[in-house]
Amino acid sequence: MQISPVLWQFLTKWLTSSALWPDQASTIAPWADALYIFLWLMTVVGVILVGALVLFFAIRYRKERHPEAVQIEGSTLLEATWTIIPLGIFLFVFVWGAWLYFRIYNPPADAMQVYVVGKQWMWKAEHPGGQHEINALHVPTGRPVQLTMISQDVFHSYSIPAFRVKREVIPGRYTTVWFNATKPGTYHLFCTQYCGTLHSGMIGEITVMDPADYQKWTEESTSGMSLAQNGERLFASLGCISCHSGNATASGPSLAGVYGSKIKMDDGTEQVATDGFLRDVILNPSQHVPYGYKPIMPTYQGQISEEGLIDLVEYIKGLKTNYRVQQTLDTSKSDDAAPITPVASQKVTQ
Amino acid sequence: MSTIVSLPDQSTATLPKKNYINAEHGLLSWLLTADHKRIALLYMFSITFFFFIGGFFAGMVRLELLTPAGDLMAADTYNKMFTMHGIVMIFLFLVPSVPATLGNFFLPIMIGAKDLAFPKINLLSWYLYMAAGIFVITTLVLGGVDTGWTFTTPLSTHYLNTHVATTATGIFIAGFSSIFTGLNFIVTVHRMRAPGMTWFRLPLFVWSNYAASVLMVLGTPVLAIAIVLVALERTIGIGVFDPTKGGDPLLFQHLFWFYSHPAVYIMILPGFGVISEVVSTFTRKRVFGYTAVAFSSVAIAVFGFFVWAHHMFIMGVSNYSALVFSLLTMLVAVPSAIKIFNWAFTMQKGSITFETPMLYVFGFIGLFTIGGLTGVFLGSLGMDVMLTETYFVVAHFHFVMVGGMLMAFLAGIHFWWPKMTGRMYPEGVSKFAAVVTFIGFILTFFPQFVVGYLGMPRRYAAYPAEYQVLNVLSTAGATVLGVGYMLPLFYLAWSLKYGAIAGANPWQATGLEWQIQSPPLTENFIETPIVTQEAYDYEWLAKKQERELQHVG
Repeated sequence: MQISPVLWQFLTKWLTSSALWPDQASTIAPWADALYIFLWLMTVVGVILVGALVLFFAIRYRKERHPEAVQIEGSTLLEATWTIIPLGIFLFVFVWGAWLYFRIYNPPADAMQVYVVGKQWMWKAEHPGGQHEINALHVPTGRPVQLTMISQDVFHSYSIPAFRVKREVIPGRYTTVWFNATKPGTYHLFCTQYCGTLHSGMIGEITVMDPADYQKWTEESTSGMSLAQNGERLFASLGCISCHSGNATASGPSLAGVYGSKIKMDDGTEQVATDGFLRDVILNPSQHVPYGYKPIMPTYQGQISEEGLIDLVEYIKGLKTNYRVQQTLDTSKSDDAAPITPVASQKVTQ
Repeated sequence: MSTIVSLPDQSTATLPKKNYINAEHGLLSWLLTADHKRIALLYMFSITFFFFIGGFFAGMVRLELLTPAGDLMAADTYNKMFTMHGIVMIFLFLVPSVPATLGNFFLPIMIGAKDLAFPKINLLSWYLYMAAGIFVITTLVLGGVDTGWTFTTPLSTHYLNTHVATTATGIFIAGFSSIFTGLNFIVTVHRMRAPGMTWFRLPLFVWSNYAASVLMVLGTPVLAIAIVLVALERTIGIGVFDPTKGGDPLLFQHLFWFYSHPAVYIMILPGFGVISEVVSTFTRKRVFGYTAVAFSSVAIAVFGFFVWAHHMFIMGVSNYSALVFSLLTMLVAVPSAIKIFNWAFTMQKGSITFETPMLYVFGFIGLFTIGGLTGVFLGSLGMDVMLTETYFVVAHFHFVMVGGMLMAFLAGIHFWWPKMTGRMYPEGVSKFAAVVTFIGFILTFFPQFVVGYLGMPRRYAAYPAEYQVLNVLSTAGATVLGVGYMLPLFYLAWSLKYGAIAGANPWQATGLEWQIQSPPLTENFIETPIVTQEAYDYEWLAKKQERELQHVG
């Protein structure tokens, strides 16, 4: 941010303390606000420019003062000016916006994972430790949190205005969003994609806590079973274990270490075993046959809930060690993705 | 040198004995007419009717939002209200408004033609429009539909038991109505221009309607396909959009926005044409940079097809395709910026008067500039994440569509009213209405930008209490806006009987439509005009009037 730190502090303090500005509670928020302020400046300048021109001409060339119109063809120079200048500004906005977008959607490698299932009409959040929440989410400050989200029915959209992030939650595929909360407090969680009758009732609360408080909350609200443990039980009860036992004689491949690895498929392609891929294999096994195996796995479509699928995938994840590998695949430059806020950078200089 | 011809003496002036309105009598002569001007009037009455239906739903939505609790109506009633508001306003008002009324009436006259290329297809397209309207009304009577105007799958296909199929049929039929209008305009502009009416002598209103027609003809079939697929998915469950059957719900988004983004330009481009005509007439000047304005319409039409995915930045399109669509969105903003400056500079060294249409143009320029620039917010990827699906989006497209398009439509109605009816509207009250509309508009939609950035999602019947003040402002504004829209309804009706006789050319405008009697004859021209001048040639007009005066003397 090239703007003077003092001026910036003043601006944000004044704006954020007014009722006309949302809370700034994540590392992304100051960056989004900076672009927002710039865009309003652009708009105000544009409107004043056009308004002043029109007003000036309307007064100067009104009929009483200027009874004879002078015919003018046009002017290539003027037209070039007002083509190139807006184009330049818009391209600048494009670059700035794209930069911010990549910042918003590229998670840092060490993000804490939380799963979210959207359904008509509630948000169900599941922490790997087995804490379940409905229309609520507890997160610690100062730590990147990545949400892996899926919808059980229609499109929903997970929006936290105080964090300036939002992501569509889609049936049939995982989407992710991440944030790094900076300020303890409770903030709105909205569903912003119209999803049927009680759409406007799909409001939740994000509670941001100090790491110590969060630790306490985690211990108090655990159900005693982690997602992976649930997954392990499902793995056994659905009979997966009989084929994926890991024995040399088993009719299915061993799943140890499979998460995040590249798998050679029967059709000659290579697939990376991501969350989405594993989910899809369980539901549509006939379309994902690994090289050297027969297409004999039955489909589990309709037999496992989205929560169950999350548990299973979490269990399969636990069957390996190369967690970092997967993260690095997701994020080409993991160091870039953890932004330093203007506020934080000032602290460094002080 | 321009000669000012005064209005004819009011006490003795009468309407021309023979014109298109009294050429034939009886209801059937209207229902079976092939005259483009009569069809335009049929459209105008039906479109106005649907505008007030849509406006009623808007009023109900704003009333519900007066308080944070969803206390005025049940949640699903509210959802039906905003759905009907969107469907009626977009498919039955915004898309056909200017092309089907003003375009239908004036496009043939402006190029010196007796009618459109296919008069009977023109009538058919009105019947299709009415059939669409009947389906929508039927939906209402049956109990409504609550998909939102975007028909998002799988919500619309699997999770709603309302009358999606009926509404979808209505929209499907409305689509054919606009395809026929578009085809008719394209063929007419290509084949029916009077001798001497070259492409670069076309009034800009014709250019912009031509560009919009191309969009209609190419874009609407895709909407039709999307709607048919939704219907098939609902009835026999083909599963194109259903992930459990191997379909993809995002496919619907692509198909839908492939039409519905260009549709925004279908709505606004004809409005641009109106603004060009009005600005030129009341500044008594040729439009600054005619060629640039004409080509920017074409540029918008072309680029308009390559930006649809900017509605899907947060929906899981890949980061890199988001990048491309954001860039293209920035590019499509440029031609609109060009036009704004061209209109402003048309006023330079003009001789400006401030009749009602011109007031609407000022309103248009102000509101459309804000609407256009706030569109850049949404085209900018990172900003869109925060703003999309909130009231910021609602404010933005109402600034463009209501502040832009509706202002242009009202400017056009007032501008051409004397030609269509032969009578003037009352100037004082109409200026008052224009000002009321502008103030009401700002008050209604400006607070929505703020509440949008605060995070209030669109399509919410109930909302957190801290957003109430801004919502109350917005609802108060909507009331003022409602009054602004009702006024023309009354004084225009009044003017049909009591308005001053307008004469052929009350504004001293250059277009061919002003060189014939008001209201025109059924066949428009007694003999086919031979065009020797460019559009907006006021020197030609002055010479012509001088000749006529000498002839009379």
